[in-house]
Amino acid sequence: MTELPNSTDRKMGLVIDLDTCVGCHACVISCKGWNTENYGAPLSDQDPYGSDPSGTFLNRVHSFEVQPQACGTQPAPAAQLTHFPKSCLHCEDAPCVTVCPTGASYKRVEDGIVLVNESDCIGCGLCAWSCPYGARELDLAAGVMKKCTLCVDRIYNENLEEIDRVPTCVRTCPAGARHFGDLGDADSDVSKLVAERGGFDLMPEMGTKPVNKYLPPRPKDQIEDQIDILAPLLAPVTGDAGGFMGWLDRALDKIPGGAN
Amino acid sequence: MHPAPSVIVFTTLSGLGFGLLIFLGLGLPDVTGMVAFVFFAIAYALAVGGLLASTFHLGHPERALKAFSQWKTSWLSREGCCAVGALVAMGLYGFGTVFLGTAWPLVGLIGALLSLATVFTTSMIYTQLKTIPRWNMPLTPALFLSFSLAGGALLAGQETVATVLLIIAGGVQLAYWVKGDQAFAASGTTLATATGLGNGGTVRAFEPPHTGTNYLLREFVHVVGRKHSQKLQVIGFALGFALPVLLLVLPFNGLMLKHIMAAVAVLSHLAGVACTRWLFFAEAEHVVGLYYGKR
Amino acid sequence: MTFQQPQVDTSPEVSDEIRKTTCYMCACRCGINVHMKDGKVAYIEGNRDHPVNKGVLCAKGSAGIMQVNAPSRLKAPLKRVGPRGSGEFREISWDEAISTAVGWLNELHETAPQKLAFFTGRDQSQSFTSFWAQNFGTPNYAAHGGFCSVNMATAGIYTMGGAFWEFGQPDWDHTKLFMLFGVAEDHDSNPIKAGLGKIKARGAKVIGVNPIRSGYNAIADEWVGITPGTDGLFILSLIHLLMKAGKIDLDYLSRYTNAPVLVNAAEGPEQGLLMRDDDGKQLVIDRNTGQLTAFDKPGVRPDLAAVYEKDGVTHRPVFHQMAERYLSEDYAPEAIAEQCGIPAKRIRAIAGEIARVAFDEAIELDQEWTDFRGEKHAKMTGRPVSFHAMRGISAHANGFQTCRALHVLQILLGTVEVPGGFRFKPPYPKPAEAHPAPHCDNRPGQPLDGPHLGFVQGPEHLALKEDGSPARIDKAFTWENPMSSHGLMHMVISNAYAGDPYKINTLFMYMANMSWNSSMNTKGVMEMLSARNDSGGYVIPHIIYSDAYNSEMVSYADLILPDTTYLERHDCISLLDRPICEADAAADAIRWPVIEPDRDVRGFQSVLIELANRMALPGFTNEDGTPKWKDYADYIVNHERKPGIGPLAGFRGEDGDKVGRGEVHPEQLDKYIENGGFFVEHIPTEASYYKPWNSAYQDWAVGMGIFDSPQPYLFQLYVEPMRKFQLAAEGHGERQPPDHLRERIKHTMDPLPIWYDTDQQGNEGYTINALTQRPMAMYHSWGGQNAWLRQLHGRNPLYVPTKLMRENGLSDGDWAKVSSPHGEITVPVMEMAALNENTVWTWNAIGKRKGTWGLEEDAPEATKGFLLNHLIHELLPPKGDGMRWANSDPITGQAAWFDLKVKLEKAGAPDDLTESQPAFAPLDSVIPTGPKELKWKVGK
Ligand SMILES: Nc1nc2c(c(=O)[nH]1)N[C@H]1C(S)=C(S)[C@@H](COP(=O)(O)OP(=O)(O)OC[C@H]3O[C@@H](n4cnc5c(=O)[nH]c(N)nc54)[C@H](O)[C@@H]3O)O[C@H]1N2
Ligand SMILES: Nc1nc2c(c(=O)[nH]1)N[C@H]1C(S)=C(S)[C@@H](COP(=O)(O)OP(=O)(O)OC[C@H]3O[C@@H](n4cnc5c(=O)[nH]c(N)nc54)[C@H](O)[C@@H]3O)O[C@H]1N2
Ligand code: SF4
Ligand code: SF4
Ligand code: SF4
Ligand code: SF4
Ligand code: SF4
Ligand SMILES: [Mo]
Repeated sequence: MTELPNSTDRKMGLVIDLDTCVGCHACVISCKGWNTENYGAPLSDQDPYGSDPSGTFLNRVHSFEVQPQACGTQPAPAAQLTHFPKSCLHCEDAPCVTVCPTGASYKRVEDGIVLVNESDCIGCGLCAWSCPYGARELDLAAGVMKKCTLCVDRIYNENLEEIDRVPTCVRTCPAGARHFGDLGDADSDVSKLVAERGGFDLMPEMGTKPVNKYLPPRPKDQIEDQIDILAPLLAPVTGDAGGFMGWLDRALDKIPGGAN
Repeated sequence: MHPAPSVIVFTTLSGLGFGLLIFLGLGLPDVTGMVAFVFFAIAYALAVGGLLASTFHLGHPERALKAFSQWKTSWLSREGCCAVGALVAMGLYGFGTVFLGTAWPLVGLIGALLSLATVFTTSMIYTQLKTIPRWNMPLTPALFLSFSLAGGALLAGQETVATVLLIIAGGVQLAYWVKGDQAFAASGTTLATATGLGNGGTVRAFEPPHTGTNYLLREFVHVVGRKHSQKLQVIGFALGFALPVLLLVLPFNGLMLKHIMAAVAVLSHLAGVACTRWLFFAEAEHVVGLYYGKR
Repeated sequence: MTFQQPQVDTSPEVSDEIRKTTCYMCACRCGINVHMKDGKVAYIEGNRDHPVNKGVLCAKGSAGIMQVNAPSRLKAPLKRVGPRGSGEFREISWDEAISTAVGWLNELHETAPQKLAFFTGRDQSQSFTSFWAQNFGTPNYAAHGGFCSVNMATAGIYTMGGAFWEFGQPDWDHTKLFMLFGVAEDHDSNPIKAGLGKIKARGAKVIGVNPIRSGYNAIADEWVGITPGTDGLFILSLIHLLMKAGKIDLDYLSRYTNAPVLVNAAEGPEQGLLMRDDDGKQLVIDRNTGQLTAFDKPGVRPDLAAVYEKDGVTHRPVFHQMAERYLSEDYAPEAIAEQCGIPAKRIRAIAGEIARVAFDEAIELDQEWTDFRGEKHAKMTGRPVSFHAMRGISAHANGFQTCRALHVLQILLGTVEVPGGFRFKPPYPKPAEAHPAPHCDNRPGQPLDGPHLGFVQGPEHLALKEDGSPARIDKAFTWENPMSSHGLMHMVISNAYAGDPYKINTLFMYMANMSWNSSMNTKGVMEMLSARNDSGGYVIPHIIYSDAYNSEMVSYADLILPDTTYLERHDCISLLDRPICEADAAADAIRWPVIEPDRDVRGFQSVLIELANRMALPGFTNEDGTPKWKDYADYIVNHERKPGIGPLAGFRGEDGDKVGRGEVHPEQLDKYIENGGFFVEHIPTEASYYKPWNSAYQDWAVGMGIFDSPQPYLFQLYVEPMRKFQLAAEGHGERQPPDHLRERIKHTMDPLPIWYDTDQQGNEGYTINALTQRPMAMYHSWGGQNAWLRQLHGRNPLYVPTKLMRENGLSDGDWAKVSSPHGEITVPVMEMAALNENTVWTWNAIGKRKGTWGLEEDAPEATKGFLLNHLIHELLPPKGDGMRWANSDPITGQAAWFDLKVKLEKAGAPDDLTESQPAFAPLDSVIPTGPKELKWKVGK
């Protein structure tokens, strides 16, 4: 229902590692495939073979460039690129739920999943307006709001093997950049990962309290800063007695011998 | 935001219609019989027509009844409830004035208040959206309410009140534009907060996730050229407020001329409001545009 | 909570049935679970048990469902009715199609088999298609490797008996520093992503060397935005620093490489060849005894330093020559930094980091093993630095030597086939000598005298006719490109058109979009394919083509043999072919018809068998004249290359319990299907590293039928066959190169890696590098027909670095005119900051011709999309002497796609133009375009 539960038993969600995502879009298409065939109406495509193809997707991968500031050690730092998958973050204070006039949008008590009950949805679009993250798309063929279901029809599905009871985007991600678990449980693997790697929220100022977390890219292009440690490793042996050949002879003698 | 004609028509007409109902509910003008019928017909045509228009953009208008259920949390639901309440109360009141020749002041007052509430709830649908900083300001309800009241007064033929209210509404509109232009920046939401990548340097949107368009881009990303918007602001302001006020304060002789001028004032106001309403949507930027490098 | 939540069915039936087969949305060949509902494909996911992908799937793989329902699928055999290149066809029956083909082919087989040129593109059945061509008797067969990455394959095989690409992989589980050169996707698509994921999970370091910082390079911890074509120089500089600092693995070099092997210094026809004993074994000095001895004698400790005096001449080991060359200050970082576009300090830091990880963070596995000299080792020592590279370094005219340089670097560090380093996948390692030499002796009605392709060991193996002219239509294995082990598919059409070296009658192609994205000089190729001679006939009289979809190439053929999609046919992913093995296991797989075609199409391999049967080709025909196989499935099970060895290694023998070697097993395919469509045989743990020298591995490989006897060998830092070509160019030997090639051969065929500038003659004024990359979510031209994938990449801008955007007054969406000495295109641009500042690039093969692929004519692929190929010519601009040299590596003939240099200028604002240029007339589509809306859901 349109009221948010005061609390949910668990906070199931995704942790996305921006240091590992290569931007392959595997999660995007796997999500499209599963959700076309499963929960609710199929994700339709308009003008699929024409000049202006577009369709409903529940997960999209953006990419951003980051230009670091110049500084003393790095007077001309190279720009960086980050691939950025984004689907519903299953917010704790989900505005998309409270704006919904019909109660079609709701947050589940048992796991915090934000879902749309398609048979109640009038397709007014207001929930999509209220979502800062662009996580909801109105399906043009079905006239109802579609969004990431956190694969609610997989994660408990007894027709699937236990190991496969994870969202299809997580299962398919070739790089292992997507993690699924209970972010309400501080001891879960995902919570630990978030703690270790400094996982963060998108647009915290929106007050949506997203459940999904993002792990930041690790610092890049730092190798030259270590030149003082690395340079000694390259001290030439050619300056030693006898030059390179002299060194070679001595070094070969030091190698533990052959058979005799 | 995509300036969908249905939403522009809806908010413009229903605002005007409920505005007129407010005045009718307060007995301004104090009319009965056929004259009352005409006034009520106009008010209902505007209010109900507007509401009907708003269903055009629904994916499933046949389920519209469900939209009344979530009044506890949803401004859209509340709007629906208020609107129905207002229409029922004013219907009763109107029945009295038109057919029985009696005005029940209490019913009228309730109807007027519900009509006012309807306009307010409509405005709150937009105001509540943090995702659209230009709307997420106290000036948004002020804008809707002042427009509705000014338009209502104008339609109700309350010249003096209308003049004052039109000036106020015009002022609110100007303030809204000034504040609105600063709203996105003031909201603190940037590509850096949207991506969390700001610590590393300046963030720039590179490739979008798809080369074509999608629902989000169609619905939320609408770029109005600066020049274009300034032109529309001038037109909207002139038609919506300046001209009607001028027409109201200029001393016209003759009832006929006066009526014609009043009609011109109303039409001009309507056109002006529609024009600024177009801008209200078209200029509103949704934060999701940041992810697409568009805002 | 007081309110009621809707009830959601959290355990719906996923499907009626799962059919397990092999993906072919690209050449990576992952295992897939095809979920079926009501007999239709409902959903595709990765097969967790499969050795290649272990459950994951890329975007293309998941989009397979949109491929098998694509409107672009050909429906029936087609016969051209309009002029070539018009796209006008008539549907015909298979009977008519086969008879027509046999009519053309049989005469050639019986009179002049070389007049058939049979070339295959994205073929994954090369062991079968080459078998067919061999039995037809034409020397003119190859697959697409020549324009793809033959530099990578051959440099690896000549140097160390295997390459990156599909032949080996980093030790993802142990590596601590991974360096990636010039890779956007690769055939090892999912494994690389999975490997990077493992490295990242451990927090290990990745260095990406690539002018473009996208994809894998975007997640690299260090990005080296190198100037294209200069990797060789950068690598040799790393070698310089490491050698100079003694940070090389002398023990490894002396035991497992030809570094200690003596080089003949005596002037004459053997100068520079390796010294050998009477058995042909390479000779070293044993450091224990000081004696000259064969390298592989038990107890020998080959000396890297000792020299050998004979007849007053000092013969020095390979290692001496390397020290002499690479210690030269010419390779100092300061000397090369500017040319490579990498600061000297950064080069030093990277070399230092490599040294640190290789030597200070060495790892040891407690695993005994025995080497080929009989010596037992208690542990396996790993130097956890690994490398991977692909076309970024190989698709340049100096690519062979650059790939060699990279292999030499890994070998100097001792990181090949050790824990944490690079590991081969069976059937590799396999040295060049263990491969066949190329064959080209063709006689009417007879099979060719041996396999077409192979590894030349010297001029004696060149494919030349008696008069010295090329025996092959693509001029592979000639003095122009002696070590062209994969043929030169990109030269076939232009040579056939020119009648140089000779005219052919029928061009037969399979799965290659040669009139579009797979050709250089695309417009020229279209003209050549449709060119007529004086008498009005076509210059290339017959063109037969097999495709599954309505590609651009379809319109240029006379006869179309429509293929099935990958879910509708039998296929065989064989150890005899391009392998799908992992470093720890041998594996092969099949495809089988998980759905039946709903059109009048046939699996191409089965059609080849039918053609062979109708012509009664040797090899396909029993002594009594009856056909050996009725279709491809029959062939897969019943064909034997050698007794007991067939296309599939699993479930052999009468009971299906034999592995590698064993009699034909009639139920083999069923066994594969039961097993998930694949077969895996793990390598014993003690055989898992040091494979070329590890007795346990060698024995296992013999058991598997990979070799007939153990084949230990030394890594060839110094590649002797190259020296043989130099000797010929110096005037030694019977087979002599033409004079105009002597200098080039002497210079480029250096047996130790060198770097030379590929900056080509005639490029003056064209200063910007122009590259292409493969998008991860698209496979060449055929991804574009996919309704889901084309929403991700429906057009391709030219990405331009910030500096060039400013200099040319460009902003996103503007049009730019891009020109090369060869041509001009006008295309939309987009700014990219994370890019080498003198490089522009675009996605490969997004641009489409109007009227193809089941797309509407105003599809963005056809209006905005474009090909860079129009700017690339298969020949370089004329030299002073009027000669036009091939735009290829002079050693292997690899197409030098990435040597392209261009100029850029603004052509207009976004609204000024409507279409990318050049625009071609729409083709008359042989199939209708697709529906206006898709709501794909099968089952109830
Ligand atoms: N500018 C530029 N050009 C390049 C490259 C580059 O890097 N830059 N790369 C080059 C390289 S490495 C390569 S390998 C080539 C690739 O080029 P190609 O091998 O030509 O690849 P495709 O364009 O996909 O063409 C393959 C054809 O096979 C058809 N096909 C797909 N599935 C089937 C099937 O099941 N059966 C049959 N019979 N046909 C099928 C497709 O419809 C398509 O027409 O491109 C080369 N071209
Ligand atoms: N998704 C997908 N996967 C594919 C394919 C596909 O079409 N789509 N095609 C398959 C085929 S046929 C092939 S051959 C492989 C090719 O696999 P890759 O070799 O990864 O293919 P390319 O996309 O050509 O990538 C070339 C890379 O080299 C870089 N580069 C170019 N010049 C230089 C240089 O001088 N130095 C360095 N260091 N880098 C350079 C380019 O920026 C680019 O990143 O991929 C295979 N896998
Ligand atoms: S599948 Fe994984 S690596 Fe690929 S885009 Fe999605 S999150 Fe990134
Ligand atoms: S991400 Fe958007 S759709 Fe999802 S819960 Fe949050 S606000 Fe709602
Ligand atoms: S579109 Fe559907 S789910 Fe969203 S607010 Fe409207 S009724 Fe609720
Ligand atoms: S959890 Fe499921 S629905 Fe959500 S993005 Fe992943 S695949 Fe799509
Ligand atoms: S990498 Fe992708 S397309 Fe290629 S075989 Fe694997 S799943 Fe299929
Ligand atoms: Mo390739």
